[in-house]
Amino acid sequence: MEEEYQQEYGPKWSDQRVERMLGALVCAVVGLLLAMIVVVFIHAWPSFAHNGLSWFGPGGDVDDQLNAIFLSGQSGAEYIYTFHAWPLIWSTLLITGGAVSIALFSALFVAVFIVEFAPEWMSNILQPVVRFLASVPSVIYGLLGVLVLVPFIGNHLVTEPQKASVAGVISLTGYSLLAAVTVLTVMIAPLMVSIFSDGLRAVKPGWLEGSLALGVNRWRTTWKIAVRTARPAIVAGTVLAVARAIGEAVMLAMISGSVGFAPNPADGAIFIYEPSRPLAPTIVKNIDQLSSPPANATLFAIAAVLLFSAAFLSLTGWAARRSMRKYGATA
Amino acid sequence: MSTPVATPPAGPPPGIAPPPPAGKGAVEGSATWRLTDRIGLAICWALGLLFCAIAVAIAVYLFIQGIKFLKPSMLVTPASAGFSQTETGGFSDALFGTLIVAVMGIAIALPAGIAIAVWLVEYGRPTALARITESTIEAIAGIPSIVLALFGTVIFSSTALGFLSRSSEGVVFGRSFFAAATMLSLVALPLIVASTREGLNSIPRHVREASYAVGKTKAATTRRILLPASRPQVATGAMLGLGRIIGDTAIIVVLLGATQNFAPVEGAAFPINYLRGAGTTLTNFVYEASPTGNLNQPQKAYAAAFVLLLMVLALNAAVDVIHRRARKVGTWSS
Repeated sequence: MEEEYQQEYGPKWSDQRVERMLGALVCAVVGLLLAMIVVVFIHAWPSFAHNGLSWFGPGGDVDDQLNAIFLSGQSGAEYIYTFHAWPLIWSTLLITGGAVSIALFSALFVAVFIVEFAPEWMSNILQPVVRFLASVPSVIYGLLGVLVLVPFIGNHLVTEPQKASVAGVISLTGYSLLAAVTVLTVMIAPLMVSIFSDGLRAVKPGWLEGSLALGVNRWRTTWKIAVRTARPAIVAGTVLAVARAIGEAVMLAMISGSVGFAPNPADGAIFIYEPSRPLAPTIVKNIDQLSSPPANATLFAIAAVLLFSAAFLSLTGWAARRSMRKYGATA
Repeated sequence: MSTPVATPPAGPPPGIAPPPPAGKGAVEGSATWRLTDRIGLAICWALGLLFCAIAVAIAVYLFIQGIKFLKPSMLVTPASAGFSQTETGGFSDALFGTLIVAVMGIAIALPAGIAIAVWLVEYGRPTALARITESTIEAIAGIPSIVLALFGTVIFSSTALGFLSRSSEGVVFGRSFFAAATMLSLVALPLIVASTREGLNSIPRHVREASYAVGKTKAATTRRILLPASRPQVATGAMLGLGRIIGDTAIIVVLLGATQNFAPVEGAAFPINYLRGAGTTLTNFVYEASPTGNLNQPQKAYAAAFVLLLMVLALNAAVDVIHRRARKVGTWSS
């Protein structure tokens, strides 16, 4: 007995030692993150250094540039780094912005519905539904997009005259902004719903009862008191969803069209049928070019932009939640 | 001797009757609301039903396609080269690859996640380091997995880690099950940490104090009292993490070599040679077999997606079972 006790709680597992071991692990994880940031930026540096700020600007065909960069690394001649990523950035902004704004609107209503207004049987159905939608792997969404949504858009929504009107520039086959935004919305809305509804449930009932007692109806009470109090959770959910949308690579590589083309809102209604390719899918599509040094630097530069956006997002979210702390809810 | 686990008292304290259930008219209906409010409620219903419709459509469609195209032989035959969908075999390597990656990923992420959560909740000194750790975990959750994958290519291509993948003439390939699983564990880590922290935080202080009072060390309290009591939350976190690992594609495409079969390394003992080699998983198979991939075999993509979906559904069901059982036994949090 004594021996067993010594073995379990003796100096081998003393508090100081356990604390030091756990602390070392924690430091290692923090170090890993720092190492990742440093490594990605070091690898990305040649691409940024050669292009300067024009890296982010428009100019030329992005796909041709990527190809030239890759070939220059293969041939052993002087490396080419010229790269103007605007079409990719523009596509990321359009797809992320579209999907997040639709998802934010619908997720807010659905979360309010689940927490406040749905009859019990309905919220008992909706909660597993939301959990199911959130857990479907992105590649399955991509597959359904490619095999169901894209052909539908290509065959039924885009008309022949529309296809003919831009035939010289780009072919409208259904791989489009519309498909990408639709599928991405379905992917990120459930994430938002689950975080929003956690936030709405955490609102103190007394605050709501106070409002109801003043004769405000349940709908107004929910939106004026519950949703306002849950704003930190709404910010947190939105930040997570935006991060997921920006980083989504494989699904968008499958259905966004994979063309380095910047959809032009000036084209009118056709605009949403135009193909494009955001930043993250560009890495996936060109991943076999890592062996070519300039292509490697270019892909890491794209990764650095994604990493920076992710860091910026979580910083914004943190600052926003901090300033909302006075409203009393936690997220 | 079975170890006693501290369980909270079940049910309300004796002597206090539960409040009577609310009557039918207790909740205000929408009949008295203004029109705008009622339109809002209608939007709620419409969107709620739309969510249900989308989920049902996805599930039913994949079930139909899966049952139509999935043949049991696909689960046991590896993929092979061929001209038509009947000649190219099945996806047994992908199925096993998913299982291997899941087991390896969670084997790294679970102990690390629990340890980080324990440190954050029970130790957490110096406070500055605790703050930094919290933001680090949050940051890892927000990092796109494709960036993690690219970072992985750098570390696992270094000569020091050459023993974890294929290497020839000093050049390290850097694509292996070890590489993919390590990076995938980072994807699961934040979920496990968050869930374990939630479990530990829900245990009241007096439970710890009671344990310290009988002379147990902090480490022993954590191991014997706190972790067993937060087992449901830890398990939930592990299941959520597994779901993310199984569903991730970007890291697999980049770090597992994107082959169609296992590519064991020569000159290594049995399990290690496979783990050091490249491979494939179901997500990678679906990606490659979709019309935009290199194989273009939609029927098999549907079949593999169906198997993948079944796995995800099984994980969801497991989370449900854990929650229900925890509620029956009673936890400190509810």
